[in-house]
Amino acid sequence: MNEKLTALLGWIDARFPLTKMYNEHVGQYYAPKNFNFWYYFGSLALLVLVIQILSGLFLTMHYKPDGNLAFASVEYIMRDVPGGWIIRYMHSTGASFFFIVVYLHMFRGLMYGSYKNPRELIWLIGMGIYMLLMAEAFMGYLLPWGQMSFWGAQVIINLVGAIPVIGEPLTLWVRGDYVVADATLNRFFALHVIGLPLILLGLVVAHITALHEVGSNNPDGVEIKKNKGPDGHPVDGIPFHPYYTVKDAFGVGVFLFFFCAVLFFMPEGGGYFIEAPNFIPADPLKTPEHIAPVWYFTPYYAILRAVPDKVLGVILMNVAIFMFFLLPWLDRCKVKSIRYRGPIFKTALAIFVISFLGLGYLGTIPATPAATVVSRILSILYFAFFLLMPIYSQLDRTKPVPERVTCK
Amino acid sequence: MQMRKIITILMFLGLPTLGAASSDTVHLDQPTINLKDMASLQRGARVFIENCLNCHSAGYMRYARMASDLGMSEDDTRALMYTSDKLGELMNVSIDEAEAKVWFGTAPPDLSVITRSRKPAWIYTYLRSFYADTKRPFGVNNTVFKDVAMPHVLAPYQGVQKAVYAEGHNGDKKVEKLLPDQLGSMNTAEFDAMINDLVNFMVYVGEPAKLVRYNIGIYVLVFIVLLASLLYMLKREYWKDVH
Repeated sequence: MNEKLTALLGWIDARFPLTKMYNEHVGQYYAPKNFNFWYYFGSLALLVLVIQILSGLFLTMHYKPDGNLAFASVEYIMRDVPGGWIIRYMHSTGASFFFIVVYLHMFRGLMYGSYKNPRELIWLIGMGIYMLLMAEAFMGYLLPWGQMSFWGAQVIINLVGAIPVIGEPLTLWVRGDYVVADATLNRFFALHVIGLPLILLGLVVAHITALHEVGSNNPDGVEIKKNKGPDGHPVDGIPFHPYYTVKDAFGVGVFLFFFCAVLFFMPEGGGYFIEAPNFIPADPLKTPEHIAPVWYFTPYYAILRAVPDKVLGVILMNVAIFMFFLLPWLDRCKVKSIRYRGPIFKTALAIFVISFLGLGYLGTIPATPAATVVSRILSILYFAFFLLMPIYSQLDRTKPVPERVTCK
Repeated sequence: MQMRKIITILMFLGLPTLGAASSDTVHLDQPTINLKDMASLQRGARVFIENCLNCHSAGYMRYARMASDLGMSEDDTRALMYTSDKLGELMNVSIDEAEAKVWFGTAPPDLSVITRSRKPAWIYTYLRSFYADTKRPFGVNNTVFKDVAMPHVLAPYQGVQKAVYAEGHNGDKKVEKLLPDQLGSMNTAEFDAMINDLVNFMVYVGEPAKLVRYNIGIYVLVFIVLLASLLYMLKREYWKDVH
């Protein structure tokens, strides 16, 4: 039996680089041995992607992308489709967990300088994934066709109208109608289930390919490839399989605990994962009292509202996201990891986290004068983190980086 | 370093108060929601079908599902059905939407998922907060939902309450409390209990899966804990030789 299997593998390998690919990406891919807690979120993001694609596939079998049927079809899934509620909650919980995981994954990159040379392209592709993910989530949120779906989309698409001259025709082109309507629902559905996921999958493959080309960073920011043993493998590296497959499997177990706890016990996520007004069918004639985007968009929404001028607000909101793309070139520090960087960077990063979370919270509440003032201060801090980085990252007093990785 | 921590804490203590200012000021009474109380759910179903389902639909809910979930017999269920005799039918109403708009000014909303957009406490308080107001077309107003279009359908049970007004701080009249005026067939405790059953049933209608969701969830989580423990031991075994 074994002999036959080996022969089969040989037959395939002569025609397709199966063993070669397996070794490059799993069996002989050497990853630093000092990964900590923060290094679980890459594989977890991949897991959530699979959860979303599979649950989304089954939802598509029962969902009706039609302005008159969409809302009812979601309730049909919740009630009449066997196990439909589990699939629907998997998908809605998965959307929020995707962003939780991706935000933690990005924060890991910020802490350990994973965007720096030679990993700039991994970072850029990752940011592309993040932006696509936001578009994917935004379009998916329209599909339940509730009040928040409708008015959230209405508000965000109207922002495009702020662009001079081409703004208005552009919003019309995006919506396919003068307001968000059946035409909008249909095209968002098409983009959500096939258009964007295809590009997303391509970018994920590119992200991992680029990562495996240069090798993973680690909490010490030490390049393990600079220190190779007689066998030609990094002395501080261990093969991805079995070491990180079993470790990531454990991470999956812990993740699934939290994921299923939300799925079965609080699928609305306290009104943040599924917003209460979204249980009212979309009504173009009734504007909800308070329109708040889903939590993962709220930091940018708060920046938008903090700016007194609409056009400028839209620009700054986009620049806020775009800033992440520039990170590899804004950071002039020679040291990668926060472990060996000085107090200035640590303070700056802390301020950035506070401003991001603070803006995230402010984006969920109605704009009061006091909230607007705080939003403005936090927006300035947000941009200061990026714009002043070329200066403060050079000034910082760094500690010597060790030759080899440390295991704490 | 110390200063930064203090500022952080102050900021997060301060932030939530920014949102609090805009929240509703109407006091809401909490109903007892217990989806395991089948008797309460059955009583609530009867109240719902006999009183609400004349104008409001629950168009995503099927009679058969209700019957099997709440342990109601086929005959008991049929006895409640006015618009149809097919158990698989959805809880629709025969009221015409356009006509309803003429009668009430707005079409009565579908109630299938109303407990998910409005909190149960809101509905529980709302249904008990009608009071006589001659300025309104149906002679009643509501302290929770001002100038609501709905008439006081439950007046035969509750009677009609009258409002006691108080001067607001800027001179306008505000409803301070509601007192029983014309009596209905029930006393306050009986009526509150009935509304509690009704809201309990509406919470069930909002998400029938809730009846099984928690039970399944417990098994899933126990399984995941066991699985994760095994995976942890596997990981530790493999990582023994990594130094």
